[in-house]
Amino acid sequence: MTPRLTRRHMLGTAASGAALLTAPRLGRAQMDKVRAGFVYVGPIGDHGWTYRHDVGRLDLEAALGDKVETSFVENVAEGPDAERVIRQLATGNDIVFTTSFGFMNPTVRVARQFPNVKFEHCTGYQTAENVAVYNAKFHEGRAVIGTIAGHMSKSGIVGYIGSFPIPEVVMGINAFQLAMRKVRPDCEIRVVWVNSWYDPGKEADAARTLIDQGADMISQHTDSPAPLQVAEERGVHGFGQASDMAAFAPNAQLTAIIDNWGPHYIQRTQAVLDGTWATQNFWHGLKDGEVEIAPYNPNVPSNVIEAAEAVRLGIIDGTVHPFAGPIKNQAGEVVVAEGESLSDEDLLKMDWYVEGVQA
Amino acid sequence: MLRLEPRAAISRKMRWLTPLLAVALTVLTGAVLFAAMGYDPIQSLRAFFVDPLTSRYGLAELGVKATPLILIATGLAVGFRAGVWNIGAEGQLTLGALAGGSVALLFWDQEGWWILPLMGIAGVIGGMAWAAIPAFLKARFDVNEILVSLMLTYVGLLLLSALIYGPLKSPEGFGFPESRMFSESAVLPGLLEGTRLHLGAAITALVVLVVWFLMTRTLFGFQVTVIGQAPAAARFAGFSQKAMIWTSLLLGGGLAGLAGLFEVAGPIGQIVPTISPGYGFTAIIVAFLGRLHPFGIVLAGLLVALSYLGGENAQITVGMPQAVTGVFQGMLLFFLLAADVLVRYRLRFGSPASSPRAARS
Repeated sequence: MTPRLTRRHMLGTAASGAALLTAPRLGRAQMDKVRAGFVYVGPIGDHGWTYRHDVGRLDLEAALGDKVETSFVENVAEGPDAERVIRQLATGNDIVFTTSFGFMNPTVRVARQFPNVKFEHCTGYQTAENVAVYNAKFHEGRAVIGTIAGHMSKSGIVGYIGSFPIPEVVMGINAFQLAMRKVRPDCEIRVVWVNSWYDPGKEADAARTLIDQGADMISQHTDSPAPLQVAEERGVHGFGQASDMAAFAPNAQLTAIIDNWGPHYIQRTQAVLDGTWATQNFWHGLKDGEVEIAPYNPNVPSNVIEAAEAVRLGIIDGTVHPFAGPIKNQAGEVVVAEGESLSDEDLLKMDWYVEGVQA
Repeated sequence: MLRLEPRAAISRKMRWLTPLLAVALTVLTGAVLFAAMGYDPIQSLRAFFVDPLTSRYGLAELGVKATPLILIATGLAVGFRAGVWNIGAEGQLTLGALAGGSVALLFWDQEGWWILPLMGIAGVIGGMAWAAIPAFLKARFDVNEILVSLMLTYVGLLLLSALIYGPLKSPEGFGFPESRMFSESAVLPGLLEGTRLHLGAAITALVVLVVWFLMTRTLFGFQVTVIGQAPAAARFAGFSQKAMIWTSLLLGGGLAGLAGLFEVAGPIGQIVPTISPGYGFTAIIVAFLGRLHPFGIVLAGLLVALSYLGGENAQITVGMPQAVTGVFQGMLLFFLLAADVLVRYRLRFGSPASSPRAARS
């Protein structure tokens, strides 16, 4: 089986290259060399979340060459150890990327002690003069894969392996369900929480349980390819998370939501070099290439690909909103009226589920 | 031929020599491993064992990391000596953090010297309550305490999840699973300006002294030893096995609970979904590494803490992957525990038949 290389992948690479060449070079406070540190919550070999952040780090090295020096610490527990690791990286770096929600308060605390170092925290909400936050609109990708699931699920039951019920995860589940219900109004999502970002054993067990309950589609918000491997074994379908996991499940993976952090790391590190870095709250998705959709599996029928592409392109050109009304909550009450849609602010504190989600 | 021969008595000399031997073996094997993987062995070993100790902040961090390990292991060791196997310190730690942390959140908008002591008491009670379940089941129905205490760990972690996504969630946190930050009055005062070393470390040192005194200078300590090593003799002497089950589990649970509280009121400053990176389990290794002796546990706790700090440091400065630093930490523990065999056995060269006397004749 050969992966289908789509045109937008080539375009994406070319575009980020071009953006780099034309990056503004302002004269003030320029540096010759910048040192960037990364804190990872999982191992770089998780083939998911942390792996993609590390790919972003390598993209950064490739793009800035000898102007950048990077270092990282992997498998840092979200807890008392995080602050020490972040502090240690802050002593030797100009910019530190902390790539998990649980690193938020330690990042802010360390940033107070190192006013000259820039910090970028992934998926949190606290900013400061030297602390920016960044995240990607993964839920846009969920709308695309939800559409595919609506077309291809026979049982109408999707098994969803959740990490922690935080807004980012909740909105992913909801976006998936809303898109799926547009295609097939009677389908439902069953969620199993594993209370971890990375625990291949638990993730696989959750997938087995869900398949035993009748799910014939598996989606996940955890970092390992284990659920997809179970799907492959049991002959059901699923979607890769954070990275293209086709190698682990060549038949089961219909497509994957890919996180693409490279451009952000390059842009922000370049800004430190140029002396133009300023705090911000960065949250982009399919349109800016932060989120990409992996090549579709050849076993996805062409009419389904068309429907999925319509959603993807619609989100990019702004004609499709993953959270457009009418939206009903679990109790069946209309919470977003027709013609309205949820704002980014609403999404960032989402703590309720839409109709048909069992979580 | 190389063979092991049992010693008539435990070698006192070997008790002191084996840890040194183990460290030497770790350093040697580590150097070979690092060189084989393409890292400078000297630089790598320095990153592991020396660099973390060269700054005031590094030393303070060693204390921060070792505090929960030593505190929990000291409590567990008493039980282990008495043959009561409390494997669930991680759960007891979690309950202590929850109970003590809840007190902090209850009075989050108040100030007062009484808040911290109240949190400490709640933390101890939380840990004790969780340990009381296996104690009751063991004393009343002879249910295996290893299984019950271990299983309750997972119940405890799920309870933490349920509460942190529910009533303990910060109202200002955008729905994220974290409690409010504790108020000034609910955070442990620091011991060293500019570091994270907190009052908990000093209290831990005090606890170690008290437990040492209890174990070596009181009837209680004698009872623990007799019950653990000669249960029949203990029964004749009228020592109560049931009382020992209760005491040792409550002591272990209470100290684990206190350790949990120190984490949330110290380095973390709030209740979060992951409070401990497995201190409750690592403490079991620390207890045995320290030969179940309070002072040995202090050394073992510092050594294990150093291996963690060194592992992080080697990742940053040498660029070693976590898998390699993990292997190195594992090797250290492996050699330390394996070298123990020399305390009870001696190495002999030659086959069993050719004893020295036979060879002479």
